[in-house]
Amino acid sequence: MQWETVIGLEVHAQLSTQSKIFSGASTAFGVAPNAEACAVDLALPGVLPVLNRGAVERAIRFGLAVGAKINSPSIFARKNYFYPDLPKGYQISQYELPVVEGGTVTFQVAETEKTVRLVRAHLEEDAGKSLHEDFHGMTGIDLNRAGTPLLEIVSEPDMRSSAEAVAYAKILHSLVRWIGICDGNMQEGSFRCDANVSVRPSGSDKLGTRCEIKNLNSFRFLEKAIDHEARRQIEIIEEGGIIQQQTRLYDPDKDETRAMRSKEDAQDYRYFPDPDLLPLEISENWISEVRSASPELPSQMRSRLERDYGLSSYDSATLTADRDIAEYFEAVARKLPSDPKLCANWVMGETSAYLNDEGRSFDHCPLSPNELAQLLTRIKDGTISGKMAKEVFRQMWIKRRDEATAWKSRNAQMDESLADQIIESQGLKQISDSGALENLIAEVIAANGKSVEEFKAGKEKAFNALVGQVMKAGKGKANPAQVNEILRNKLK
Amino acid sequence: MLNASLSQLSALLAAKKISSVELTAEFFKRAQALNSHYNAFITLSEETSLAQARAADRLIASGGAKPLTGVPIAQKDIFCTKGWLTTCGSRMLSNFVSPYDAGVIERFNAAGAVNIGKTNMDEFAMGSSNETSFYGPVKNPWDIAAVPGGSSGGSACAVAARLAPAATGTDTGGSIRQPAALCGISGLKPTYGLASRYGMIAFASSLDQAGPMAKSAEDLALMLNVMTGFDPRDSTSLQREPEDYTRDLQKPLDGLRIGLPKEYFVDEISDDVARAVEASLAEYRKLGAKTVEVSLPNTSLSVPVYYVLAPAEASSNLSRFDGVRYGYRAPEYDDLNDMYRKSRAHGFGAEVKRRILIGTYVLSHGYYDAYYIQAQKLRRLIAQDFAEAFKQCDIIMGPTSPTVAFNLGEKSNDPVQMYLSDAYTIAVNLAGLPGMSIPVGFGNKNRPVGLHIVGNYFSEAQMLNVAHRYQLATDWHTRMPAEPGNID
Repeated sequence: MQWETVIGLEVHAQLSTQSKIFSGASTAFGVAPNAEACAVDLALPGVLPVLNRGAVERAIRFGLAVGAKINSPSIFARKNYFYPDLPKGYQISQYELPVVEGGTVTFQVAETEKTVRLVRAHLEEDAGKSLHEDFHGMTGIDLNRAGTPLLEIVSEPDMRSSAEAVAYAKILHSLVRWIGICDGNMQEGSFRCDANVSVRPSGSDKLGTRCEIKNLNSFRFLEKAIDHEARRQIEIIEEGGIIQQQTRLYDPDKDETRAMRSKEDAQDYRYFPDPDLLPLEISENWISEVRSASPELPSQMRSRLERDYGLSSYDSATLTADRDIAEYFEAVARKLPSDPKLCANWVMGETSAYLNDEGRSFDHCPLSPNELAQLLTRIKDGTISGKMAKEVFRQMWIKRRDEATAWKSRNAQMDESLADQIIESQGLKQISDSGALENLIAEVIAANGKSVEEFKAGKEKAFNALVGQVMKAGKGKANPAQVNEILRNKLK
Repeated sequence: MLNASLSQLSALLAAKKISSVELTAEFFKRAQALNSHYNAFITLSEETSLAQARAADRLIASGGAKPLTGVPIAQKDIFCTKGWLTTCGSRMLSNFVSPYDAGVIERFNAAGAVNIGKTNMDEFAMGSSNETSFYGPVKNPWDIAAVPGGSSGGSACAVAARLAPAATGTDTGGSIRQPAALCGISGLKPTYGLASRYGMIAFASSLDQAGPMAKSAEDLALMLNVMTGFDPRDSTSLQREPEDYTRDLQKPLDGLRIGLPKEYFVDEISDDVARAVEASLAEYRKLGAKTVEVSLPNTSLSVPVYYVLAPAEASSNLSRFDGVRYGYRAPEYDDLNDMYRKSRAHGFGAEVKRRILIGTYVLSHGYYDAYYIQAQKLRRLIAQDFAEAFKQCDIIMGPTSPTVAFNLGEKSNDPVQMYLSDAYTIAVNLAGLPGMSIPVGFGNKNRPVGLHIVGNYFSEAQMLNVAHRYQLATDWHTRMPAEPGNID
């Protein structure tokens, strides 16, 4: 039998606020345990939550980006359960009336366009962390994470393969980073997924029993966990078994999922509206403010790049995969409006390659867009060849990298002349003076009688050999187009 | 001095006729001497109180005195007080020394008031007789066989017995007004949101409200001026212009329309209470007010609605007491769940457990719609009843409690009987309205009777005016219980 896998994702995106969602404590990562847990995070008797406006704004921004409905009023609810790292004995979350309801996310997977519908995106606080390693026979509690703002983005079960699920998670990851609501750092847990997986016979429209795989914090684990889980379910069914609804954990070391708890011991969370927080009213005005402060969305920018710069859909997609790349590209292209394709090639080519090698992102690029644009201008005006430009680029890169300041923190004025300085000081300027070229060519003709004979006998190959000799004699600086033209005239 | 009002004490301090240290020492001496008799205080700390008194004296000397500077005030043990044991009447917090001050406490500190001690209370404010306290019951100063009412019974007793000139209380279903009535003092629960709940250990968040307890309406006004005001740390705190609650005290009552809900004057009231309340209404007519009959048709639903909603919120609010971070932890346990189980089993008393169980039940899947949602709908109807009534009257009056103080142990094994003693006060919390109780006479066994005064939202100044004019014309609020005999 043919089987179809059905996947829905719950993505927890940690919102990039300075302080927690219901207290003034910092959200900074990596400090000593409990150093950033205030009385509210510790749930001391009598303390009360106060909602962080910045978290709400980020949720609204997300809602607008996916074309969702922004609910007003939106209600905060208590989700009650006991766990030592849940200090209040309940988590403040949203149940009925989340801030964001509905919406869609569209992306490319294997050359085709796919749209996933969202159920909702709701605000909630993170719990703390239990530390088992440092205490012999005991458990320590670190409440620094407690109260960290999360946006839980819940999709409909619209994905049909691990590849689709990964593509969806990646586009979401890029979107939350793009609109500046989440840093997307998966190692630090800022972006993590739960996958709901079920299987059914191909063609069936009835959903199978699902299992939820918790806390997948890399795209690779997401893919492997889904593939493993689907195989596991298919095997059970094919052997005549039935799937138990369960919560499962993925073990990357063994590449398998295993049961955490089943539906039977699922908790009754006793949700009810949190009486400490009034219903959240989100005015049209507030929504407009958020809208006007939001950046252009990647999809919008992508069509604009195709329209305004005449880029291919591949180039525009690559350039808008990340907001830093897109912004960098536009800054270069603004300086060299006559040749956006050249700009795109150098941004996606040389610059990306150097950054990748050094593990940097575009906002930490040593070269400024102005500096790159100036180099490209020198290609356009014939001062240097494209080949020579790569050498100039290399030298520019090393110089700026060793100065160790990213372009964003530098004064734009000092950018302008770097390429010229290097071309000048290293004598890399292209020889375009026709007198000098004629001399070079005359010398090469005189020294390569055999090739000249062959060319005159009709061998085009011999012409290329002669060009090569001229370029060699000019130490790579001769303008190849001019060399071609002069040589051909001379050999007539 | 022990019988002086807050304004008198304030004037004496400002004129430097007495020092705060002298005043505090005198009240402290009395509180300490009589506490074994009344059990009104859980914590008395002479050193801490005197340190605050010395600071107040310095403030007075520097000319920076405010109306309550140097005056001793007893604080209900539900308010977190920095450096003081803050138990909320529970074994669960019997070792909890708060590292911070509640919003209300900060305001008293900023005014230069002296904390004279932490008063006894029903455990986590759950009770109407002060018999659920881990620290034992408080005695009614008018008759030590009787309960003082709850849950602010320690505060009511301390004021009635002159162990403190005034005290704070909290009121979730009548916990300021009912003990005020049973102990013969004045007490006011403000409009919900007027006083900060920050640092006030939560029982039922949507109903809890802090308020003053004192001998007279005038004293309540002085305290209210200090206690209320916006607190950004409490999301339900109201942002309003500060008011001077003493401003309307003297206004004549001519033309005041007093609404008497027909549902309040029925068989459940005992005769002695009915007589005293009738007499007080006659006095009001003499003062120029007229009475009109109004109806609050959903009154009978208040107690059941309350005993769905309050336990629901309580079951969640009390889940932070798990023995993990602070408070009581069982000495021996097998594993994590066992630690939770034993800590909570030993840490909480019977009434608290009963309400946690009720609350867990009404919120659980399958019962939520039938109980919690239904109760929320009825709560709205109850609030609408008041809105209708206030179209016909300025203020509503009735008995605070259907009976005078009952005997210790009399209702402690019958929770439903106990719950009914708050039948008149609970609806006011459900609607979020302000309510107060003032002494208007004595009933059986010479036990005090309270008149319940309910105003519209933010009508505290008017309510205090209504109460003050009555107190100018009568002397019930100045009556004192007999001094206990054979006390050293």
